[in-house]
Amino acid sequence: MSTYTTEESTVEVAAAVDAPSAQRLSSLDTLESEAIHIIREVVAEFEKPALLFSGGKDSVVMLHLATKAFWPGKVPFPVLHVDTGHNFPEVLEFRDRTVERLGLKLVVGSVQEFIDRGELAERADGTRNPLQTVPLLDAIQRNKFDAVFGGGRRDEDKARAKERILSLRDEFGQWDPRNQRPELWNLYNGRHTVGQHVRAFPISNWTELDIWRYIERENIELPGLYYAHEREVFARDGMWRAVGEVSQPLPHEDVITKTVRYRTVGDMSCTGAVESDAYTVADVVVEVAASTLTERGATRADDRISEAAMEDRKKDGYF
Amino acid sequence: MSTETAFLQAGLESAPLPSTLFRFATAGSVDDGKSTLVGRLLHDSKAILADTLDAVARTSADRGFGGDKGGIDLALLTDGLRAEREQGITIDVAYRYFATDRRSFILADCPGHVQYTKNTVTGASTADAVVVLIDARKGVLEQTRRHLSVLQLLRVAHVIVAVNKIDLVGFSEQVFRDIETDVQKVARELGLGSDGVADLLVVPVSALDGDNVVDRSERTPWYTGPALLEVLETLPAADELEAELESFRFPVQLVIRPQGALAPDAVAAGLDVEAYRDYRAYAGQITEGSVKLGDEVTVLSPGHEPRITRITGIDFAGTELQEAAAPQSVAVRLADEIDIARGDTIAAAGTVRESTADLYASLCWLSPKPLREGQKVLVKHGTRTVQALVRNVTGKLDLATFNVEPASSLELNDIGHAQLRLAAPLPLENYLHHRRTGAFLVIDPIDGNTLAAGLVKDHPGDHEDERYVI
Repeated sequence: MSTYTTEESTVEVAAAVDAPSAQRLSSLDTLESEAIHIIREVVAEFEKPALLFSGGKDSVVMLHLATKAFWPGKVPFPVLHVDTGHNFPEVLEFRDRTVERLGLKLVVGSVQEFIDRGELAERADGTRNPLQTVPLLDAIQRNKFDAVFGGGRRDEDKARAKERILSLRDEFGQWDPRNQRPELWNLYNGRHTVGQHVRAFPISNWTELDIWRYIERENIELPGLYYAHEREVFARDGMWRAVGEVSQPLPHEDVITKTVRYRTVGDMSCTGAVESDAYTVADVVVEVAASTLTERGATRADDRISEAAMEDRKKDGYF
Repeated sequence: MSTETAFLQAGLESAPLPSTLFRFATAGSVDDGKSTLVGRLLHDSKAILADTLDAVARTSADRGFGGDKGGIDLALLTDGLRAEREQGITIDVAYRYFATDRRSFILADCPGHVQYTKNTVTGASTADAVVVLIDARKGVLEQTRRHLSVLQLLRVAHVIVAVNKIDLVGFSEQVFRDIETDVQKVARELGLGSDGVADLLVVPVSALDGDNVVDRSERTPWYTGPALLEVLETLPAADELEAELESFRFPVQLVIRPQGALAPDAVAAGLDVEAYRDYRAYAGQITEGSVKLGDEVTVLSPGHEPRITRITGIDFAGTELQEAAAPQSVAVRLADEIDIARGDTIAAAGTVRESTADLYASLCWLSPKPLREGQKVLVKHGTRTVQALVRNVTGKLDLATFNVEPASSLELNDIGHAQLRLAAPLPLENYLHHRRTGAFLVIDPIDGNTLAAGLVKDHPGDHEDERYVI
């Protein structure tokens, strides 16, 4: 026993520092082992899991962890992409190449198809990220997925900070923040009834910097727009927006060429780029470590809609 | 790259990487300044980015925080959900992240008022340390005793009592020493720190002004101990303590047996397809101890006699390891072809007891549905879930007096003792010595909700060497 008194504590604490630490895992190793444990639990306990895969860095890390969890076997579940129709072309190309490389099945839920059928209406602001919920739930129901892996992290947003690693959703995909199951030790309770499904967030405890350090350490390929490149952009809402089919400048918005990169990848019409000269993953690690803005605050117009934007979307069944 | 980022890069390269992970929770009573302390830790360790801080500063100003002096209400940094802001309370455990050069921290911020047992149990179950707040003006309250009681029960490795608002008692050493004495008296009554499991440290802090939170304060010259963050940076994590135990434990999550279905990327990278045709390994996370190639192990499967074999491979995604330790996720190969499935346990030979279907336990009841004797439930232990019958409730803990009172049912936030009969034997171990294999969930078979956190106790009259060791 080592009940500290305040007089002795300096000595005690110093002793702890010098203790042999041959077996100490780095924080990245610990997070990696935790994520692999969760991925394996879900695969063992659910009938039909799927992984949300957008080609964004968090979902790429998720897929990388899944390949490690089941090595030398194949990843034993399909990937699901909710396609806003407002994609960066290089991200779609990356998605298809990755799926091909790993021999995976790709399921696509299309926002465009729902709009074409009149089941969803385009928003006045043109942003399609919030419209993803309906095609997502439709794909979950049609394919009878009972668990859906997501790359959500608790450091991203206040609502996510309170979500469980296994998050139960009702028939409508809704999240009930006031009625969540307590999550104890490393024992995950994924029991659900007919119509319910579970969202699983194995990288809940990772931060943006952890993700980038892991990408660097594991030499994981990402779509090129995560690194500094020249692009035609215009300023809107304090962000640099790329010029593209769905993202056109208004007459008063000047188009200029800048060296930028993306910190998040989503709907092209609401995802902004940041000025950056981080050309390599090592540069990005340094940039993120020094950043003074959160990634969503810096680059997502949809999260600026209100203080509780993410909370409201999650209650309705969003990722 | 700018000069500033180049400078940072140089700093990163020379820093003693890699940092380790440390999980801690905070527990406190209403108005003892817990949110402010958490906000202070996040703010002073520079975990709060400018846009978040701006939003908090705006809201603070809107609400007139600090009167004419102004300032930032640090408690707002931890406000999460709209419902919480509307009611001005914290509903649920929230997780926060910050890092120093030495460590990455995961903070489970547990609200103090409603359902404090549920939240404290949840936060403490994964915590390496718990910070309990006491208001220096109020001293040890009944709530403090309850918190310490729960932490003792859950075997939290390090308990830090932060005596907060020390500025409001004029930085008085006498006030601090009196509280410290009271805390140590409660700890002795509880056995906290006396069983070699936990340690206890008392620190005077002012969360509002930052004294002894990140840096040592000059305003408490009579306190020669470390600041709170220094303590958190240097205490050994529970994983480190558990990895040093000799009792290797490995609950099997699933069997990796790809047969023909090898990963195409691995094959493209040169994996020998012939050599891996009959690959078979058992995947899981080491919950305690360590294992190395050649170790003799016991395989525990229900319906089988314990079987002894040897470790012939420890695989991690294509890397063959010589040894591995808790909490690593690996896949192990064994010398003998044994029928092993999810739910079985691989353990260091000669260190496990025989499995049993009689479960004696402490239960932290977390559901509004009360526990009744005769009720059927599910018990999830390691990677196995079995049906169970609640034979009887043998008592309820009075958290304020630490006495066990007679009881026949348990209600929300009660902690009690019960005896259950399992439909299949499990390799149960005393929670006091085995935090992972001594823990289980009680689950409602009807709606699947988690009813209780369970802690395995020894059978009555049981002694360590009395039962068959395999």
